[in-house]
Amino acid sequence: MNREAIKHPGLNLGEHHGSAHIDAEKIVFGFWVFLMSDLIIFGLMFATYVSMLSGTAGGPGPADVFNLKSAFIQTMILLTSSLTFGFGSLAMRHEHNPRALLGWLAVTLLLGIAFLYFEGRDFTDMFAKGATPMRSGFLSAFFGLVPLHGLHVASGCLWIILMMVQIGVFGMIPMVKTRILRLGLFWHFLDIVWIGIFSIVYLAGLA
Amino acid sequence: MSDHDLDYKRELKSYLLGYGLALLLTIIPFALVAWGALTFSTALMIIGLLGLLQIVVHFRFFLHIDLSRQKREDLQLILFSALLLIIMASGTIWIMGNLMSRMH
Repeated sequence: MNREAIKHPGLNLGEHHGSAHIDAEKIVFGFWVFLMSDLIIFGLMFATYVSMLSGTAGGPGPADVFNLKSAFIQTMILLTSSLTFGFGSLAMRHEHNPRALLGWLAVTLLLGIAFLYFEGRDFTDMFAKGATPMRSGFLSAFFGLVPLHGLHVASGCLWIILMMVQIGVFGMIPMVKTRILRLGLFWHFLDIVWIGIFSIVYLAGLA
Repeated sequence: MSDHDLDYKRELKSYLLGYGLALLLTIIPFALVAWGALTFSTALMIIGLLGLLQIVVHFRFFLHIDLSRQKREDLQLILFSALLLIIMASGTIWIMGNLMSRMH
């Protein structure tokens, strides 16, 4: 199969997108540098969490406060939102009309908000059991790591809203397209961080 | 069928395949923990292995990182960041774990 030259990793817009495709090379590489520095932050929060695991100071431990069912629901929601964003990226690459892209962005946004709802409910359940960040080193590390991911998802949701507005105001100009490209990388990256959270925090904590 | 339709079909299949694999790699460890019949260390090993596999699946099918020559620099960026992360994270866990065992 005769494939077009690839400018950058990730889904390429393709040569029929003109300057948006050409500009994307540098812009996307720069965004990868940001993502990797963000990855280091998350990684060290994970390392802190693992070091703090036994520091429960007589308070509740992982098995007392984590909810496997809720973690599973959040995992499914976030994974599905990655797929719906992928559908949106494909709609941007292959269709002139932004209607399908807007639809998939809206679905992804709703899934992101649903994820935040379930995560928030987990935290309020934990607070009700006396598991506050001040209780122990373990809980401080937990509330440093997991809500940091939630904060990223919340900013991702805000970014989706901003891009939907920008599509409406500016139309599908190259600037908007490359921003959606970066938003896609950000969203998929958050799903990768979540794999670490559900494996190391929830599954290992409840195993 | 035009090239674009073919591209679209192929890319759509790739996303769906990635989703299917990720779903499988998520459901297995959750089911194992819910079932609860494994010893802690066996469960931990399986969870870790499937988690790493799922990260690779996400990079390959959602972020489209593969071994093609055109994208080497980006792959190097990711692998170098991963190396830094492994040194810092495992170093932290090692040193703090060692300190803790000395204090008891």
